[in-house]
This record gives sequence, C-alpha cells and structure tokens, in this order.
Amino acid sequence: MERYLGRKYPQGYEDIPLAAIVPWPGNTAELPKHEWRTFRPVINQDKCVRCRLCWTYCPDGAIVELDKEYVTSTGRKYKITFEVNYDYCKGCGICANECPVKAIEMVPEER
Amino acid sequence: MASAVETKPVEKELGKPHERIAATGGEAAAYAARDADIDVAAIYPITPQTPIAEKIAELVANGELDAELIHVESEHSAMSATIAAAATGARVFTATASQGLELMHEMLYIASSLRQPVVMALATRALSAPINIWNDYADAMSMRDTGWIMIFSENVQEVYDNMIQAYYIAEHPDVLLPVVVTLDGFILSHTMEALELIPRDEVLAYAPKRPRSYRPVLDPDKPISIGVLGGPNWYYEAKIQHVLALRESPRIIEEAARLFEKRFGRSYGFIEKYMMDDAEVAMVAMGATASLVKAAVKRLRKEGVKAGMIKIRVYRPFPAEEIVKALENVKAVGVLNRAIAYGAPVEEPLFQDVVTALAVRGIMKPMVSFVHGMGGRDIFVREIVDMYKKLLDAAREGKSVTRTLFWGVKNLEGKPYI
Repeated sequence: MERYLGRKYPQGYEDIPLAAIVPWPGNTAELPKHEWRTFRPVINQDKCVRCRLCWTYCPDGAIVELDKEYVTSTGRKYKITFEVNYDYCKGCGICANECPVKAIEMVPEER
Repeated sequence: MASAVETKPVEKELGKPHERIAATGGEAAAYAARDADIDVAAIYPITPQTPIAEKIAELVANGELDAELIHVESEHSAMSATIAAAATGARVFTATASQGLELMHEMLYIASSLRQPVVMALATRALSAPINIWNDYADAMSMRDTGWIMIFSENVQEVYDNMIQAYYIAEHPDVLLPVVVTLDGFILSHTMEALELIPRDEVLAYAPKRPRSYRPVLDPDKPISIGVLGGPNWYYEAKIQHVLALRESPRIIEEAARLFEKRFGRSYGFIEKYMMDDAEVAMVAMGATASLVKAAVKRLRKEGVKAGMIKIRVYRPFPAEEIVKALENVKAVGVLNRAIAYGAPVEEPLFQDVVTALAVRGIMKPMVSFVHGMGGRDIFVREIVDMYKKLLDAAREGKSVTRTLFWGVKNLEGKPYI
C-alpha cells in the first residue's frame, strides 16, 4: 500500500501517489499557494502613510499589520508596519492600484 | 503465488469436464462477468451490446449473480457509476458500443488515469452518420489513446476467456488499469457458438478478489481524495506514471495468459501467428476477421502461395516487439482493418501502428493497407485472397501502395477497390 501513497510531498514522477490521489487530508495548509504569481508587490515603507487601504482591499488577506515601530527618513514615527505575506500573495496588484500615495510597486518575479 | 507451482490444468485434477454450452458472444461476456463474481454492473443497453445488458439483468434477477445492477440513464453515467464503484474497491463490469462509447469518452480517460480496474465489454459497431448498427472498429479505434488496455476477441470462446483474463490483469497490483474486451457487433455478439464455461470457484481461484485494502480506495475511516486538481506542476508527472504503468502491463498480460493456459488449457499471446514459419507475405488482422483471413491463407497455401497471417489480440499496449519479430522475414506486409482514420497519411489506424513499429526499428518493406467491411459490409474469403494477390504484386515490385485500398466499395468502374 505504501508504494501507492507516495512521499509526503513528492519530488518527481516516481514518488507521486497513484493517480495523483491525496491520501493526506488537509494537506493544502502545507503546500505553496503562490506559485503562479508573476508580479510581487513591494511596499515602500518611507512613502507608506499607514492608511490601511491595501489591508482592506487585499482579497486574500496577504497584507499583514504588524506591531512594529518604523521611523521614516524624514523622522516621522509610526507604531505599526504593513508587510506582504508572500506565501499567500497571488500578485493581483489590487493593493498597488488602491494605494493613494503609490507606495506599493509591482516587481516582476524572477525565475 | 500458489498457482505458479501447478502444472496440470484444473480440469484434470478435479476429474470433471467443464460445462459446454451454446452461447452468443454477448452471453459469453455476461457469463464471464457472472463467473468472475462481479459486485457492481452499470450498463446502458445499446445495439449490439444489448444482449449483454439483458443477460446481466437476467442473471441478477434470478439470483445467479449477487451484484448491484445500477439502472443508469446514459453511457456517461454508466461509466461514471462504474468508476465510482471501482473506487470503493468493488469488482465492476460495464459494456457498451459505438455512440455509447463516444458518450462515455471523457469518462474513459478518467477511468484510466484514476487507475481504476474497470472491465468493459465493447460490442464493436460503426459510428454515425449515417446511422449504422453493424460491425466495424470505428468505436474501438476512437478509444485507442485513452490509456485503456484493449484486447480483441476472435470468437465467442475468446470473448469469455479474455474477459476472465481482463479481471486478472486490471486488478493486478502492478497494473491497476481498465481493460476493454471487444467482441465484433453481431458477428460475435449475436452469433451462437460452442462455449466452454469455467466454474466460478475455478475462475475465482485464478483471478481472486483481493482484500479491499490492497489499493487506495474510498474508505470513511481512512479518507483520501480521488480525482483531485492536477495543476501544471503535477499533471505531467501523473500522466507519465500512467504511461509507465501501460509499458509495464505486458508482463502481467503475459503472466495472465500463461496461468490461464496452465489452469484451463487454452493458450493466448499478444499476437497469434498463423502459418508464419515460412510465409513470404503476411497480413495483419484483428478481431473476427482473423478467422476469415485464416481460411484465405489455407486456400492460398493450396495454390502454393506462401501466405501467413498475424492476429493482434492485445492492441493496447501495442505488442510492437512481437509484431516486428514476426514480420522481419516476410517480403511484404498487408494490414487489414475495419476502421478509417480520416485524413491520415494512410487512412487506416492499425496500419499506422504496424508501420511505426517497423520504421522506428529501421525495417522498411513493401506495405499495403486494406480497409474492408465498413458498417457491417460482408467480406468473403475470395476477397481476402484477392488482397493477398495485391500484396504479392507489391512484394514483386518491391514498392508499397501509398494510398489505402478501400476494398469492396461500390464504384462505377467495377473495380474491387478504390
């Protein structure tokens, strides 16, 4: 039976489960969910005014709000920081489109 | 396996001869399903497969067969129900023909790529239009790329024997692929011949029902997902696994035939060679036509022509090595089939397989492609003798005929072919 079930996460055609069945329930949590991204959003923390619009609009909840202090080059101090969780970001670009101060840049993925 | 040490057929050991009855090919397929003790059958009746569906229903109704018979509303559902039943670990059976097979088509790929050991009887029949219920191989040839193991039967006994072997092959842990056994529509499905039945206990000793847990099946206690999405990152690998399973399957097909011969005395191979030892010209044929070609070969031998024939029994996976070995020393090869590959370089599907098998091994010789018997058109021994004469001409000239010869088609010039 073991030979039909493959390795936990397969590396090649030799060890994928028979007929690509999934014998490990709930395994989606362990798998990459961002493989088709072609552009990744990069937040310019200096420009960012912490308006939270990207956090609001992100359809995947991939923008995370962190309790991390940040001081800009002009000396302005913020208590929070917004970052992108690249495990979940699909690269849709909605955040960059909505950002009122153009602090988010879409950078091509290099593979 | 315990059977590997047995040398005598079971018949002699038990001291009782097997029952011999008169049966049609359709009944033979149903009897084989009965003797293999299937658990689930989902069949939608379609001419000329109807006798199989009728017989299965009868066997279930009168208690001879303890199986779940699912009354489905179409062939698409028949195959879907069969795949689903197989996915729970049941031994399954279905049957179809022609347009029904085409309606099943998308499920055929699913059966094979989900690696479900489905066994199907296919009463071969022409495809529309015009509507035609008679025999040719248009339907069988349409499923040759679906990844099924395909076995062609020449007579009623072979239908039965091939079906029994199909269960051995399909459910073998090293194969796990669906198998289709063909019987020529009407020519075999409705024609009565002598049939030697094998008792159920002997069939089950040959192709035993395995414990449910020997392969991944649907089980509420051990949940698995069957039929998942395979994105660009893993689809390719799953398909390669399927290809490799088909490449490995000849070993098991051969083993099934060898054990079958040991137990029941009838021998089967990937191909059957008929008078090929000293043959100068050979015809490749399949299905019920092979019997007719044998008669033609006999007639030609009386005339002093060294003719031979190869019958292809296992069509997928294609037994290329065996065929090349058998054809190596002949002067010309003819290929005879009841199907058309529209628009192909040479419009006959089997021809393409035979030529490819020879060509990739660097063997070139005069070849002629014959199409005959489309839509149930009668074919006679003298016509096949004429084909052999055409083949002898090709051998003498040392040149292939570059176009398919459509034999027996009516034309205003009164020629035997166009």
